[in-house]
Amino acid sequence: MSENGTELLHEVAQSEYKYGFVTDIESDKAPAGLSEDTIRFISAKKNEPSWLLEWRLRAYRHFVSLMEDGDGLPEWAHLNIPPIDFQAISYYSAPKQKPELESLDEVDPELIDTFNKLGIPLAEQERLVGIAVDVVMDSVSVTTTFNKELEKNGIIFCSFSEAVQNHPELIQKYLGSVVPHTDNFFAALNSAVFSDGSFCYIPKGVKCPVELSTYFRINEAGTGQFERTLIVADEDSYVSYLEGCTAPQRDENQLHAAVVEIVAHDDAEVKYSTIQNWYPGNSEGVGGIYNFVTKRGICQGDRSKISWTQLETGSSITWKYPSCILKGDDSVGEFYSVAFTKGMQQADTGTKMIHIGKNTSSTIISKGISAGKSQNSYRGLVKVNRGAENARNFSQCDSMLLGDRCGAHTFPYLEISNPTAKVEHEATTSKIGEDQIFYCLQRGISEQDAIKLIVNGFAKEILAMLPMEFAVEARNLLAIELEGSVG
Amino acid sequence: MLTIKNLHASIEEDGTEILKGLDLTVNAGEVHAIMGPNGSGKSTLASVLAGREDYEVTEGSIDFDGEDLLEMETDERAREGLFLAFQYPVELPGVSMSNFLKQAVNSVREHRGEEPLSAGDFLKLMKEKAALVHLDPSLKTRSVNEGFSGGEKKRNEIFQLAMLDPKLAILDETDSGLDIDALRIVADGVNDLRGEDRAFVVITHYQRLLDYIVPDFVHVLVDGKIVMSGGKELALELEEKGYDWIKADTGQAV
Ligand SMILES: Nc1ncnc2c1ncn2[C@@H]1O[C@H](COP(=O)(O)OP(=O)(O)OP(=O)(O)O)[C@@H](O)[C@H]1O
Ligand SMILES: [Mg+2]
Repeated sequence: MSENGTELLHEVAQSEYKYGFVTDIESDKAPAGLSEDTIRFISAKKNEPSWLLEWRLRAYRHFVSLMEDGDGLPEWAHLNIPPIDFQAISYYSAPKQKPELESLDEVDPELIDTFNKLGIPLAEQERLVGIAVDVVMDSVSVTTTFNKELEKNGIIFCSFSEAVQNHPELIQKYLGSVVPHTDNFFAALNSAVFSDGSFCYIPKGVKCPVELSTYFRINEAGTGQFERTLIVADEDSYVSYLEGCTAPQRDENQLHAAVVEIVAHDDAEVKYSTIQNWYPGNSEGVGGIYNFVTKRGICQGDRSKISWTQLETGSSITWKYPSCILKGDDSVGEFYSVAFTKGMQQADTGTKMIHIGKNTSSTIISKGISAGKSQNSYRGLVKVNRGAENARNFSQCDSMLLGDRCGAHTFPYLEISNPTAKVEHEATTSKIGEDQIFYCLQRGISEQDAIKLIVNGFAKEILAMLPMEFAVEARNLLAIELEGSVG
Repeated sequence: MLTIKNLHASIEEDGTEILKGLDLTVNAGEVHAIMGPNGSGKSTLASVLAGREDYEVTEGSIDFDGEDLLEMETDERAREGLFLAFQYPVELPGVSMSNFLKQAVNSVREHRGEEPLSAGDFLKLMKEKAALVHLDPSLKTRSVNEGFSGGEKKRNEIFQLAMLDPKLAILDETDSGLDIDALRIVADGVNDLRGEDRAFVVITHYQRLLDYIVPDFVHVLVDGKIVMSGGKELALELEEKGYDWIKADTGQAV
């Protein structure tokens, strides 16, 4: 790399998180600390049925036993996780809905500028900065039409707490059926203390006509640090679900441990897309969010399909493996991921594809881009059980390094117990080429634009999988992330 | 347009000198051919002109249209109208030709104080220029040079040349790897682009290309210096006799 090029890459790598902003929400907080009493407090606050309290308590006891066995944090991950003091966290806080601002004129113009660069619609900008929604006519009417549309189709899309009150039979049937509280340390913690999240049910034969996005649930309270999402797609249904947004997300809570469960019955298809842009900390990595998420879907029914698509650019530590259990015959699992790390960020992400049914197939395409002193790991398991006749998997893991102080790692695991399985794995690591940059420069393209072009080209195949408007924002986000200068 | 005086350049990494006092003057409207044995420094000259940072200029000067070329960054040189058709074009996976060229064309236009091209005009321009070198229209929708055949890559370089409309175009062995038909197509394309305001420096090993692109001058580069210059007949003589007689004549070591 030319001297200039190297400098630019370092600059890119250190460019501060451009969107850090904090809104001060008056909250109704539980005192810090974790005990059975905390769990009872949460459950009572939310007016939960007793079976759910019991469920939480079982998870809590399991969590305690894991804590006693050590600190319970994953040792295998390629991460350097500082010790977390679980007693110092406050596990319940109900944000009040009192808006702080009247209009966008009161907002830092730099932030608005970022929103515009990202291409975030005006109404959404207003929501993000906490402007009262009832003054935002646009957004209200969109939401109303949206809700009518869902109702007409019998689709349930609401907060987790509402679902517990209004659809307890569905919650009781499916909660923990994909990610049991015993699954891992963070799943146990989440199951014990989860505050809220989303629930979605698509009835038999219904193709959800709109993309379900948490954008539209604007009247709900903030999701909190232990979010729980449950999506159930009944026979022959379809839904595309969007989580997160390109907009900057800062949070007073450093630890985020969400759980997402998806169930797809016969012939159902669920497409789950995520853009994750949590605050990654300053250039030393101080103050960033730890994002430890357990996401898993089960293709319960024959010919069902679950696909995960994600763009990960944020948080200081990411630990995340959206997975598919391919139980139904002829079921299909997909995982498409772009993870961009810079500064001191660490990401250990990937997927698990568990083939159980006959003629199941899975596709994994993972693109890691590392800059600065960041560490970016892909970790993926393809497991083919004894009875899984004719399982197919194709995995492709590509890494791109920007500069020479970052790291890219690939950890593919294969456990094949059926000889008819066909599994292919391809992996490449490339350094953004001096030759490639020179070629662009020679055509009059600036070095920064050249880096953007090349990185976007590298990630293109995945970004194209995102729903249209998300894809545009995603490209802009990547470009902004790559920008060298602040402001 | 281009005046190179006593140019000395060495490899940045280990200081080995490759260009050892090279002089060359190119005027607008002219076509200069540079020939010379393998490893004599032809591509190095092209790279130094384009501004590759692997080389350090230790002595001499380069004037480009009244400005000190050595003071300009690589991308600035390109925007000022210096174009290099690469001996080995680079692949940019996932970067579409149209995206790439739109950025390139618009940065050149911006530099010239022109408005960016509208999507429609841009497509029209692409179509027109691709036809010049008979570039398969589907190649324009593909990633830059990715999976292009050797000949397609070379044609793509001339296509880009046509798109960017430079003052000075340096063609580094654009003929190698082309079949007879493609050679003619590329040469026709280049001839089409010849004009009063544009100059060409054509690096080649073969007289064949110069049958089509008839040069005004032929220079022989040996061991980092131009040791002989002449008209188009010089190329024929080289074809016949090789380089040894020049090396002997000019006292260059073989
Ligand atoms: N970046 C570099 N690192 C090391 N050696 C180099 C570098 N660039 C050029 N050289 C050396 O300098 C000499 C001149 O190389 P150059 O590519 O300019 O030759 P050329 O005249 O273009 O040859 P050819 O006809 O084979 O294309 C060669 O010996 C080459 O190995
Ligand atoms: Mg050469």
